[in-house]
Parts: sequence; C-alpha cells; structure tokens
Amino acid sequence: MTGIAFLIPVALGLGLMGLAAFFWSLKSGQFDDLDGAALRILIDDENKIDD
Amino acid sequence: MNAPTPRSSVTALPETLFAVPGIRCAGCISKLEHGLLQSPGIAAARVNFTAKRVVISHLPETRIPDLQRAIAALGFESQPLGEELANMNDNSSRELLKAVAVAGFAMMNIMLLSVSVWSGAEGGTKDLFHWLSALIALPTIAYSGRPFFRSAWGALKNRRTNMDVPISIGVVLATALSLFETFVGGAHAYFDGAVMLLFFLLTGRWLDSVMRDRARDGVIALLKHKAAGALVLAEGGSSNWVDADALKAGMVLLVATGERMAADGVILKGRTHFDLSLLTGESRPVSVSAGDMVHAGTLNIDAPVEVQITAAGAATVLADIARLMEDAGQSKSRYVRIADRAARYYAPAVHTLALLSFAGWMLAGAGWHQSLLIAVAVLIITCPCALGLAVPAAQIVTAGALMKKGILVKDGSALERLAEVDRALFDKTGTLTLGRPELGNLAVLPIADRPLALALSRASRHPLSQAIRRALEADGVVAAELHNIQEIAGQGIEALHHSERVCLQRPDMGAAGASLAAQFRRGDAPAIVLTFQDSLRTDAFAVLKELQTAGIENSIVSGDRAEAVKPVAAALGITAQTGMQPQDKLDTIARLTAAGHRVLMVGDGLNDGPALAAGHASLAPASASDAGQNAADAVFLGDGLAPVAIAIRAARKTQAIVRQNFALAVGYNVIAVPLAVMGLVTPLIAALAMSGSSIIVVANALRLKGAAQ
Repeated sequence: MTGIAFLIPVALGLGLMGLAAFFWSLKSGQFDDLDGAALRILIDDENKIDD
Repeated sequence: MNAPTPRSSVTALPETLFAVPGIRCAGCISKLEHGLLQSPGIAAARVNFTAKRVVISHLPETRIPDLQRAIAALGFESQPLGEELANMNDNSSRELLKAVAVAGFAMMNIMLLSVSVWSGAEGGTKDLFHWLSALIALPTIAYSGRPFFRSAWGALKNRRTNMDVPISIGVVLATALSLFETFVGGAHAYFDGAVMLLFFLLTGRWLDSVMRDRARDGVIALLKHKAAGALVLAEGGSSNWVDADALKAGMVLLVATGERMAADGVILKGRTHFDLSLLTGESRPVSVSAGDMVHAGTLNIDAPVEVQITAAGAATVLADIARLMEDAGQSKSRYVRIADRAARYYAPAVHTLALLSFAGWMLAGAGWHQSLLIAVAVLIITCPCALGLAVPAAQIVTAGALMKKGILVKDGSALERLAEVDRALFDKTGTLTLGRPELGNLAVLPIADRPLALALSRASRHPLSQAIRRALEADGVVAAELHNIQEIAGQGIEALHHSERVCLQRPDMGAAGASLAAQFRRGDAPAIVLTFQDSLRTDAFAVLKELQTAGIENSIVSGDRAEAVKPVAAALGITAQTGMQPQDKLDTIARLTAAGHRVLMVGDGLNDGPALAAGHASLAPASASDAGQNAADAVFLGDGLAPVAIAIRAARKTQAIVRQNFALAVGYNVIAVPLAVMGLVTPLIAALAMSGSSIIVVANALRLKGAAQ
C-alpha cells in the first residue's frame, strides 16, 4: 500500500511533466512548421559559426 | 550542424509576411534566410516551409517593393500578404490540439487506475482509485469538453440539435453519476468512458480543423492577383509605393507592364491594352488610351501608363462584386453537414432509448439507483464516438490524397457537397481555356530563327514573350547567344546577333488584325507576324465526357462575346450562354437550383465570384483571381481540367466510405445497446466497445488513400 502511495504521485507527476512540455513546445511555435523542421537538419549552417 | 528556426525578434521592428510559393527544399530555406540578411534594412527573415511563407522583420523605412526585390534577387517570386492574412493564426487548431493533449493525458492515467479496479482492487484501494480518477477527470472534462458544450448550447439555444447535444448530455450525466458513485463507494465509475469519449471525438474535431488550415494556407500561398499597392507619382516626378488601402481618389499611378490595377481610374497618359478577363470574362485584350476608364483587378499587358484614380477601396467595381458574393454565399452557410443531419435522427432516438430503459427498469422494480446506472450506460454506449470520427477521418484522408494531386479542398463540407452535384456550369476564359495567350502559329517562324526568338523572349516578362518562350522551350529549341539585349517599354526587345539586329516587337499597325500579335524581325528581312490565342485546356473534352457519364450535365456560362464562345462550345460539344453579367450567372444557378439540381460552378474570374459562392459546390483553377479562390470550395493547380473529375470522383468515394462508417457505427450499436439495456455493460465493456469501434472506423477511412486516382 505504501508502494502505491509513492508510485501514483510519481506516475501522475511524470505524465504532467510530459503534458507541460508539450504545451510549452506548442506555445513556442515548434509545431508551426513541421515540414520545415524536417528539412532544416539538412542545412549546413557554417555562417553561424563565424559569428 | 543543423539550422535552428530563427525566433521572432525581441525588438519591435515591423514585420511583413510574404507568400513565396517557390520554396521547395532545404536549400531554399537557407538561401532565403541567409540571403535576405545580406540586404540592407532587413533584420531577420524566418521561413515557414509548411505554409510557404517568409516573415521579414525590417527597418520601418524599408518598403514592400524593396523587400520584394530582395526576395526576387534570390530567385523567388513573392506576394505580400495583407494584415488580415498575417494575423490569421491557426488558433482553433491549436486550442483543439491542447484539448486533445489534456484528454489523452487524462485518459491514459485514468485507464491505468481503472485497469487496477477491473483486475480486482477492492475496498479502500478501489475507493481511492475512484477518487483519484475523479480528481483527474473533472478538470479534464471542464477543459477539453468546452468545444462540445459550447456548440451544444449554441444549438439548443436556437432550438436545433446537433451531434454535440447527445455527446454533452452523455458526458455530463456519466460524470455526475460516477461522482455520486464515488461518494457512496459504489462498484462502477465511468470516468474512463467519459474521458475516452472526449479524446476520440476531439481527435476527429482536430483532424477536421487541421484539414481546413492546410488547405487555407495552400490557397493563401497561391494568391497572386491581389495588387497590394501601386507606384504613386508625386509632384516633381518622384514616385513611391503606396499600399492598396492607402490609395485615394485623385492620386496618379504609374502602372507598369504586367501589373494589375489596384484601383479604378482614368488613363492620363499612354496607350496600351488591358486584359479584362478576370473582371468580365472577355478574352480579347481591350485597347485603351488617354481618357478611358480602367478598373481594379485588370492587367496592363502592353506599355506603362499613368492613371488617375477615380475610386479606390470599397468604392470600386470590385466592391459591388464583393457585395453580390456575400449575399450569394449565405445559401452555402445554411448547408447542414451529414454528421449533423444524422444527429437529427440519432439524438432523439438515443435519448428516448435511455429514458425508456430507465422507465423499464423502474417498472421492473430495480430501484432508481440501478435504473439510472443502466440509463447512463446506454447513453455512454450509444454516444456517437465512431460517428464523430467516421466523417472527419474519411474526409481528411481524401483531402490529403487530393492535395498530392494538386487539389486543395477547403473543408469537409465541401467534399460532401461536391459528391452531390448533378449539373456543372463552366466559365470559359481561364477555366475551360488556359486564360493566358499561347502562340498559335509557331510554324511560320523559320527553324533557323527560333533560337534567336527564344533568347529574345527570355529577356522579357511580357505575357506574349512568355508565351513565345513556353512554345519554343516545349519544342526543344536551344537559345542562341545575343549581345546588347535591351527592352524598350511598350515597343519590344532588341539585340545583336553577330552584328545583325534582331527584335521582337509590337506589330506594325494593321498587320495584326483583330487578334493578339507580335512580330519577329531579323536584319532587313520582312517581319514575321506571330499570333496568339487563348487555347483550350488539353484534356477538357475528355473530362467533360467523363462528367457526362457520371451523370453530370455540363454547359458554359461566359461573360465573353458569342463569337468567342462559339468555337469553344462547338469543340467541346456542349451548350453555352454568352455575354453574362455576374448577376445573370447567379440567376442561372438560382433557376437550376429551383428545378431541383445541385449545381457545380467551375470558374476563375472576379465575375464568377458570386456564382462560385452561390453554387452548391464550386471549383477554381489556381490561376483564378483571389476573389474566385476565396469563394470556391476547392482550388486546383496545373494546366489540365482533370482535377474537376478527380475531385468529384474522390468526393463520391468519400461519401460511400462515410456511409459505410455510419453503417458500422449503427451495427455496433445494434450489438451493444441491447447489452446496455439489459444492464450487462460494465465500464470495462464500454471502454472496449468504444475504442474498438473507433479503430474500425478509422481503418476503414484509411482505404481512401488511393481515392484521388
């Protein structure tokens, strides 16, 4: 029984963290351009290194 | 290294949004984002690949034409998007996605607790788990249930009912009863069922909304005929760019070749031809000179002219058409979608059934507690979970398949209406024809001269030059090398080829006759007159035949003259009405509708706008005016007419699958409802039945992947 008292809050907390992370990523625009994100990894961005 | 998406700038620099349809690859993204930074006055550029847009934050003094030039210098065509388009964020999709996420999170956690209860947790543990479930479920239902509650309330207020009414009643009753059960330490709580229901239904709702957004973004990226402003001549000869909404009567505009009028006006200086096809359907360019009226939306195709504005903004001829369109669009907004039509029968049936089971068990002496429990089980089991997914799942799969074929369907109701049409009206210019001049007599040009003509035509953006270029390139001609190429506005292009003068110019007076023409001249040889015409879309005949076999009768409604329409009608073997004003087209549709037909309107011009809005369903080619694209239910790309047939075929297939899905959902109810009425349904069975039927319906919808063949 004590095990449950410990595990349930942990399970719920982890789930809530995931939910919060998803809300944050949605708000910061990470889902705005899904196709673009897939392509950006292909760009060799050497200009930025000089900065 | 990979490239992170640049964030929006912190400083309050003005931002301008451009549609750049030519973004196709990772290279384009980096070229635009880095290249634009090199131009003066630009602080940041951010590409949205999905929506094919670029947001540029720039210094306040950098104007739209400068930005457009900067984008053009990188090799991309762009269109500035107005304020209202820029602010149109996909808020509803995002809200729905949040609701789906919350419901999904809650569903998984409650299910975790429920599984423990089902597998035999008892006494204090069971009560604790029920309390925990309630703790998760109540805020979730309050948050994620809002779209349904709001819509159900709106329907009830107007004394109607829709799919959301039984959903809301089911969810609220199930939650209330489960809460009571939890208080008294009862055996069953339906929190998992209520939240799962919300999750599946929200998913359907979200799919529907994503589909609308995607098509809308696609359409916005295509808008190319909106003159977002004009070059205004100031006193003393200087000129500056003024946005369309800041134009006022009395200003003098400099309208370059290939530019569209942003306001109505009178020509002060210069003579040219204007293409009025977007406004009137008339295919032949009209010659205008000083003193003639020109209207907003028409295209200057010959030489630059100075125009004094007589009316701008809401006072233009365009505004009249917009008013007609608004009135005409109302019939479409009254269309009741198939899911809501089903709900009209479904909701009363479900509620009567639940009420009857309650009364029945009361009469049988079961006590109000058990009777209520059974009534709620009936409500949950019959809640249109599969019904809510049946329609959007099928429609989004079809819309995705159609999008791959270059057909952007605006929303699900468009697909439903498209499947019902039994009569089609086609505009001529730009719809059955390509709506742009095509070289008609390539044969008169000697083979030896073709490389020269191609090289010349490549140097100009004039519509006739472009037509020559297309024809020669299609013929496999390789361009010759030329020197000293220069374009003389309103006259033509000339250049040197091994010290021989070659030119492509407007024809000598009288040589061209009535049709659109240009002439090619090499050295002292006699000029060769090239004529142009607006040719039929190549597959038009086959497509109309196919529609006919599908039971759809076709005819032409055109604003053009009878002589211009006759050859097209004859070539296609269909009847035509000619010389029609926008109001006449509306009347034709009204008459056919009154006779019991469901009319499909296919058109592109501004003059078709009201008819596109009034038709039961409507399609517009991507070359259409923005008014036409906005009014149409779907927009198709490419030079063929085949998308019309493909769209109708796919819509009908979708409707068939939707009906199958309804049948599946009803079949599931036929099995599950008797169990519920007999009081045999536990939360476990409800959960299994609900997810099972949803998965079957979605799997059936996935069969539509190949619908757009």
